[in-house]
Amino acid sequence: MAQQNPDNLNRRKFLREGLFGGTLAMLGAAAAAISAKGRKTEYVWQIDPYKCIGCGNCATHCVLNESAVKCVHTYAMCGYCDLCTGYFVPEPKALDTAAENQLCPTGAIIRTFVEDPYFEYTIDEPLCIGCGKCVVGCAAFGNGSLFLQVRHDRCVNCNECAIAAACPSQAFKRVPADQPYLLKDGQ
Amino acid sequence: MTRTRRVFTLLILASLCAASAWAIERFPPPEFETDYVMKETTVPGPRAEWRQAVDVTVLFAALCAASWLVLKKRSRRGVFVLMLFCLVYFGFWRKGCVCSIGAIGNVCLSIFNAEYAAPWYVVAFFFLPLVFTLFFGRTFCAGVCPLGAIQDAVLLRPLQLPAWLESALRLMAWLYLSLAVLFAATASAFIICRYDPFIAFFRFGANPAMWVVSIAMLVIAVFVGRPYCRFLCPYGVLLRQVGRVSKFRVTITPDECIQCRLCEDACPFGAIDKPTVEWPQKEYVRGRQRLLILIGCVPLFIAGGAWIGWKVAPKLATAHPTVALAERVKLEQAGVFTDRIDASKAFYSSGKLLEELYAENDEKQTQFAVGSAMVGGWMGLVAVISLLRHSIFWKRSDYEAHRAGCVACGRCYNYCPRHRKWKENKALL
Repeated sequence: MAQQNPDNLNRRKFLREGLFGGTLAMLGAAAAAISAKGRKTEYVWQIDPYKCIGCGNCATHCVLNESAVKCVHTYAMCGYCDLCTGYFVPEPKALDTAAENQLCPTGAIIRTFVEDPYFEYTIDEPLCIGCGKCVVGCAAFGNGSLFLQVRHDRCVNCNECAIAAACPSQAFKRVPADQPYLLKDGQ
Repeated sequence: MTRTRRVFTLLILASLCAASAWAIERFPPPEFETDYVMKETTVPGPRAEWRQAVDVTVLFAALCAASWLVLKKRSRRGVFVLMLFCLVYFGFWRKGCVCSIGAIGNVCLSIFNAEYAAPWYVVAFFFLPLVFTLFFGRTFCAGVCPLGAIQDAVLLRPLQLPAWLESALRLMAWLYLSLAVLFAATASAFIICRYDPFIAFFRFGANPAMWVVSIAMLVIAVFVGRPYCRFLCPYGVLLRQVGRVSKFRVTITPDECIQCRLCEDACPFGAIDKPTVEWPQKEYVRGRQRLLILIGCVPLFIAGGAWIGWKVAPKLATAHPTVALAERVKLEQAGVFTDRIDASKAFYSSGKLLEELYAENDEKQTQFAVGSAMVGGWMGLVAVISLLRHSIFWKRSDYEAHRAGCVACGRCYNYCPRHRKWKENKALL
């Protein structure tokens, strides 16, 4: 055994060095192959508003206690209706700002008079919970100018978005960070 | 108020075709007579790009610091402080995202999916710790990884696990890695991120089920050293293999082992190998027989694993949303379910054809059948190799930190009298 040892050790050392070099080369090749495909910019999560069905998962599944998803408004698409079906519950008692007439559970839509018979609807984002009730109402009977979007000032950009995993209509997708919104354009 | 009446008429009309009508301009935007200016939709931008560069820089600096503290300075205290810093920075400040463990998902998706390419900093997060491990051992685990840190920080009453149990439990990590690759490659889910057991603490928020898992994992970590790292961490599996061939690594003693046995129970992670005694001749013969039988069984293990993989493939495939939807729609079409869920409602209102959905489903099912069989075969191979290793006599004359198992935390240093001597000499100089 004793005289075998040095030879044995050399062989082992040679094997180790070989494996080290091999692994280093492999890592280098893999890194090169992947970064050759890599984009410079990162991806962020966004909702395709034309796929969204306003199911309400956005309000409950976000890792943030107050969802990163909020309702946004494309004013150019809005009809400025007096009876806004995104703002009022079905068959409202009166067309005013009383809580029982409002569809929004947190009263996050501000209704302001513009001129007869038009009213402007603005989302008070800190109040919005992203439940999509107004989105459904607006899309069902109105122009669909209210829709949900991931707000990137709030989104922590999880590697796997918890809402995306729960989205029934597969409306969540990764979009390049230089075009982080999928807005309805009103055209 | 003619407009109000118009609205009501339209309400009735619209309710008739509500499902198909989606964002149709029913009320043309008004021409305002007053000087009302239409507002623009605000678009707050995402996190600035340069901040990802800061993260990568901090990762690189932390890896350098960890390697220096562990190998050159041999300071457990230093590693511990660095570990806490990284726990705060990568864990609580950066909310545990992106991390090297989760980056496995991005890298796999990037390899298998033509439409997705992992961003540069995710690639950096994936490869930097691997390269450092190849040179210096698993210093990433010791001082940089926030998931390791949170477990290491709560380890108060370590229990020693028997070697066979440790080997068996480690197979879970292999399975987790293989499934993570399968699900990421088929663009189904990033399960490593979805079931990250410590994200609940980093974000102070998770669903109730994950809170239970997280708290249970942290309680276990008080008694069993780093349970996630040793038995579940998919990235740890990669680091272990790279660590086996690392250039430098933790040595318990700075110079020579005097066989004092003081470090024998120092490692809470079961990563100190004792010197071996020569097996008796009888044992040696039996070991050789077992080895031969096991080598003969290798194809059996692989085939068995592949068969199991093939069998469970349809179950695994339902992790993909399209497959889950297609299965549901099939059952609804067959009349098994009479009600519709959100997903099937969304499908019917999208105007997509059934045939299209079924075709997509078939394609995914094929992917899963092949992938899952490969995962099964691979797991069979891993299992048989871990058995094989127990039938081989490994010769060792000193107490050594295990090349793969050592997480380079430096706990054993202070147990070694040679280390203390070395430190005293260094202080004198």
